[in-house]
Amino acid sequence: MQKYMRWSGMLVVLMLILAACQSGDGGSSSEPSAGESDPPASQGGGGAADCDADEFGCIELAEGDPIVIGTALVLTGANETLGLDSQYGAQVANELRPEIAGHEVEFNFQDDGCSTEGGTAAARALVSEENIAGVIGTSCSSAGIPAAEILSAEGIMLVSASNTAPSLTAPDTHEAFYARTAHNDSIQGAAMAQFVCEVLGLTTAATIDDGSAYADQLAAVFAAEFPSQCDGSITAEEAVTVGQTDFTGVLENIAADSPEFLYFPIFVAEGALITQQARETSGLDDTALGGADGILTPDWIAAAGSAANGTYLSGPDLAFSGDFYADEFLPAYTDVSGESEPISVFHAHAFDAYNMLADAIEAAAFTDGGTTYIPRSALRDAFFATSGYEGITGTLTCDENGDCADAKISVSEVQDGDFVRIWPEE
Amino acid sequence: MRGRRIRFNLVNLFLWLLGGGLLAFAAFGSFLTLVEGRIQPSQWQSLVIAGIALGSVYALIALGYTLVYGILFMINFAHGEVFMWGAFTAFFAATALNDAGLMVSNPVLAFFLVLATSMLVSMLVAIMLERIAYRPLRGAPRLVPLITAIGASLFLQYTARGFYGSGVRAYPDYTLFDGTISIGFLSLSVKQAVVILAAVGLMLALYVFINRTRTGRAMRAVSEDKDVAAMMGINVDRIIVTTFAIGGLLAGAAGILYTLIFNQVLFFMGFLPGIKAFTAAVLGGIGNVIGAALGGLILGVVEQLGPNLFLSGYGVPSPNQLKDVIAFSVLVLVLIFRPSGLLGRKENT
Amino acid sequence: MSTLLRRALMMGLFGGIAGVHVSLVGIVNTFQTRDLIADIVTIGSVLPMLIAIMVGWLAGSTPKHIPRPSGSTTLVHGAMAGGVVGVVLAALALLVDSVSLTWILVNARPQLANILYFEQGPGLGSVILIAGGVLLGVAGAGLHLLPRTIARALAISGVVTIIAALMEPFVGAVLRNVELRAIEGFLYQSGGLTVQGFILVFVLIAAGIYGWAKRGDRAKARVAAMPPDRRRAGKLIAYGVLFAILLILPQIVGQRLSEVVGTVGIYILLGLGLNIVVGFAGLLDLGYVAFFAVGAYTTALLTSPASPVLNPELPFWGALPFVIMAAALVGLAVGAPVLRLRGDYLAIVTLGFGEIAREIFKSAWAQPVTGGAQGILSVPEPLPFTRDPQSIYYPILFFCIIAAIAATRLAASRVGRAWNAMREDESVAEATGINTVKYKLLAFSLGAAFGCLSGAFFGTKIGVVFPDSFNILVSINALALIVLGGMGNIAGVMVGALVLVGLPELLREFAEYRLLIYGVVLVVMMILRPEGLLPSRSRRVELHDVSDEDDDDMYTDEAGIDTGRPVVST
Repeated sequence: MQKYMRWSGMLVVLMLILAACQSGDGGSSSEPSAGESDPPASQGGGGAADCDADEFGCIELAEGDPIVIGTALVLTGANETLGLDSQYGAQVANELRPEIAGHEVEFNFQDDGCSTEGGTAAARALVSEENIAGVIGTSCSSAGIPAAEILSAEGIMLVSASNTAPSLTAPDTHEAFYARTAHNDSIQGAAMAQFVCEVLGLTTAATIDDGSAYADQLAAVFAAEFPSQCDGSITAEEAVTVGQTDFTGVLENIAADSPEFLYFPIFVAEGALITQQARETSGLDDTALGGADGILTPDWIAAAGSAANGTYLSGPDLAFSGDFYADEFLPAYTDVSGESEPISVFHAHAFDAYNMLADAIEAAAFTDGGTTYIPRSALRDAFFATSGYEGITGTLTCDENGDCADAKISVSEVQDGDFVRIWPEE
Repeated sequence: MRGRRIRFNLVNLFLWLLGGGLLAFAAFGSFLTLVEGRIQPSQWQSLVIAGIALGSVYALIALGYTLVYGILFMINFAHGEVFMWGAFTAFFAATALNDAGLMVSNPVLAFFLVLATSMLVSMLVAIMLERIAYRPLRGAPRLVPLITAIGASLFLQYTARGFYGSGVRAYPDYTLFDGTISIGFLSLSVKQAVVILAAVGLMLALYVFINRTRTGRAMRAVSEDKDVAAMMGINVDRIIVTTFAIGGLLAGAAGILYTLIFNQVLFFMGFLPGIKAFTAAVLGGIGNVIGAALGGLILGVVEQLGPNLFLSGYGVPSPNQLKDVIAFSVLVLVLIFRPSGLLGRKENT
Repeated sequence: MSTLLRRALMMGLFGGIAGVHVSLVGIVNTFQTRDLIADIVTIGSVLPMLIAIMVGWLAGSTPKHIPRPSGSTTLVHGAMAGGVVGVVLAALALLVDSVSLTWILVNARPQLANILYFEQGPGLGSVILIAGGVLLGVAGAGLHLLPRTIARALAISGVVTIIAALMEPFVGAVLRNVELRAIEGFLYQSGGLTVQGFILVFVLIAAGIYGWAKRGDRAKARVAAMPPDRRRAGKLIAYGVLFAILLILPQIVGQRLSEVVGTVGIYILLGLGLNIVVGFAGLLDLGYVAFFAVGAYTTALLTSPASPVLNPELPFWGALPFVIMAAALVGLAVGAPVLRLRGDYLAIVTLGFGEIAREIFKSAWAQPVTGGAQGILSVPEPLPFTRDPQSIYYPILFFCIIAAIAATRLAASRVGRAWNAMREDESVAEATGINTVKYKLLAFSLGAAFGCLSGAFFGTKIGVVFPDSFNILVSINALALIVLGGMGNIAGVMVGALVLVGLPELLREFAEYRLLIYGVVLVVMMILRPEGLLPSRSRRVELHDVSDEDDDDMYTDEAGIDTGRPVVST
């Protein structure tokens, strides 16, 4: 006993000393945000930029060296279709544009695991790759938060095709080298609120989220927008947990206030169960149901069965203008993936992300004696300067916080087991 | 000596305060909720019915825990996975039958075929589990088979994931059980009625089996004393296998009843129901068959009612997120106040 | 049919079932993308072969009570067993090829059949498969005919060579890091070993092991013969060298591997803590993740500018003492309700606690404090160390060493002996005057302190704290690693963490089957070697000293374990 006391005593003393030392030399300095100290823009291309002047140095490629583009997408687990779909999108873009700045592109695929740890591990793996030019990813917002931080610290661009959480591009939490071609959920949530008000003409609504970063923020945006759009009111903001199967309690609680609309922007398994159980809850007989792009997949209709009919789902508008998508993209997608049709909804965003990254690299790169130099800050500036880029997903323009999407949100209704796009009218 | 007594009392005092505090919290919360009167009586009623249906499923799984514990004094931690394997494998039978049109042309037969598949698969898994993972360890220190059970549970779970995929699969609708029935002021869906009746029927059958048959008597003898039972000419190994098999059969049936309510299967689906059912078994007094049934029902109802009743009165946001917290708190409370469970024998703790 | 032949056929059948399992679970498909020898053999197609060798070896072995048959009989048995494996796998390939089963078994794709057929089509493929099975079965059985040392050297170096091929990306990175590109080019090529690399690694390892087996005993004897003070000096030097290597490790292995080493370190801390609760005191705690979570959350709450609690924030090191205090309190709070529960009840209740902790941290109710599902962002770095894996490695290393020393001392102390007694038999311990309440609570709060420390580093290393990082799998992970390494043993914890955390971190192919492998590890270890890879001495004696009524075969035919050792009373 005594011995143990002595040891623990020593431990405590040691820690106190350490703590004291620590608070002595500086204490709580918060993370310096690289975003505030943008180096002077050096629009490359001509060869004027100097690698030494660039805060993060240059990517140097000898003649014949491949240029490496990393990906950090979810490739395993329940959400793997989300990540694979984006990966195929990037690979299609690569098929059509195999070289950037005269160098052949080589991919380094990493798995973001759709989790914080996965995002960290993937980002660290990519950082250790020499001469990595940029990263396409992550799939999930929870992985994007640490990945953006790690990659931004090294001056590596991270462009996501499917992160939609607002916090990633909010002015005070945005990481300097993070951008996305996916829509921001503050737009999707607002669009759904507008649809419910204007088209359905409903005035009371309840929300359910599943505790994921995605659902939580989306439900919050909807709840904030809905009252202001049409004098509506939110009767309840409920939350469930992933893996839960019985939602009777939540639904009865919501039914107590009989809202006209129930919004649950969550994922397939729980989404299907809530749809079925809501249809069986007597207090929700007249309540319209709605979700978001998390369940905008045939898997969900299969899981929810006939209960899915009549549900409204928001998501990126894939009714792309132009023939390119149908005539060239989709056949190439089938070639690359072996799937007859896209397995999720963010392949086009990944395609655009690849091309925008390629354009930015070419804008920033300059050659000197056969060696290509790409200053990292210049690359970032070139990317953030993207304006009026014509991609599959629309005309993309990046703002200073990295939101590049031409966010077109559409709402589909499930009719006889199929998604039918009903709003906005084309 | 004196110091120790005081310490003991301190711990007890802490526990009583904790338990009493939780109970008072729940009671006052219920009072607030009921005064507020936001949730209608008919809603409380449907919550209770849903709770009873869910509780019946828990009870069936809990029987498997209790039977095995009664005989081997070990927790078959992998029992939740036995349940999952039955339900998951039967999914393919259901889909095949549905594709063949039998679900429409002869729904009763189809239902029983699916049920039989599930029970059979669960039974086989339970028997294999006993043979491969547990039998070599009989007589080992108590922690050893428990760790094995955790390992077996992981193995079964991730084998299912590898074999059948990591996504959710949806059962075809049993249109047979659509609709609702009303008895007086009670109204419940046909599915719920089927689940409750089937569970009660199976439990009665088990009760009769244990109390009225030779094998049942042998099972009781083995659970009293293995050595003496062996001397009386009972084949202990065979009785143990039988026990696992019965537990498996019940878990397989529970799997089908579960999918009747929830319609979908997932490799991970055995985990939570497994733990809940174990909680139910402990609640009722582990080793006690009637206790398991009682524990399952109580747990199911508390889980359904609890969040809305205890918490919403305090204005807790999203109270239903905390329903597992309530379920586990019930377990902790029971173990504080009555460690042997509601109907358990004292020496069982 | 002789018993041995029947046994051989059974072995073959079991091997075949194992092969079918490995194929259908998807492992074969996954490893198909990795080359063992570049462009010649993939690891995916070698896996079924390995099973055949193993089955052959098992079929060639003889139980103690049966006299060893002649060499040729042994080989025949091996051939039969291997052949059965081949036949079973050929049947699987045929089935997968001819019937579409993908709607049930997601991996039963034609591609699988193709791998099993060695891409030679059904006819030739199944012949190769069966003939290969027979040959490898013979090879496996043949190991029994070789001298023991040589057989051992061959077997181990075979496994090591496969691992070496799997580790290509990382060994390659290390070699590049220390500027040995020539070696890398010699050994590896496009994701696998080169032919010369394969031969070199295999021969070197085999020779090394053989040499050690021949000379090792003599070296050991020489050390044993040394006078005590010299032996101690030698030990010190060894520790010094080890320490020096540990100090420069991040620079040698580079960033990516340092990241892995850091994670392993965090799990070592976690394992050391759980080891106190489970290994020393014998209280199976399945909710250990609760402490890990409390550590991470307390750190985040006290230090992160993004949390509403405490403004201005403490620096990381300033928060650490509070984290440990919080840990001890939580340990007491968790420990008290479960004091009166025995083994298995305790396991489930603590598991419940783990789930409760996560659900509460995650709930909307706790959101104002814990951030709910959004977690807490921007946890600061442990300055002067940064989040860079090559930097944060040092504080983690430091605390691992402190924790290991503390745990060693605890085990040898009065407290450790009291735990030991309690673990053996609680009633007897109580009767001999051990205050079990006190020692149980002590175990819980000390275990909690280690767990929280680990959690604190987890939080600061990742920089964000999310509730979903703290699920039951962390507890299982920690449990699996102490079980593999050897319960109650400090060195075992480290080995366990290296194997179970390090390897899957390095190999994404493994990561997907990580939990499946954990399951197998737990079951197999408990059945064959419950004392773990590196058993503590008392544990070994105790687990192999069977005096129970039924004579369990699990304890009796264990080779190489000296149960005749005098019982050490610790």
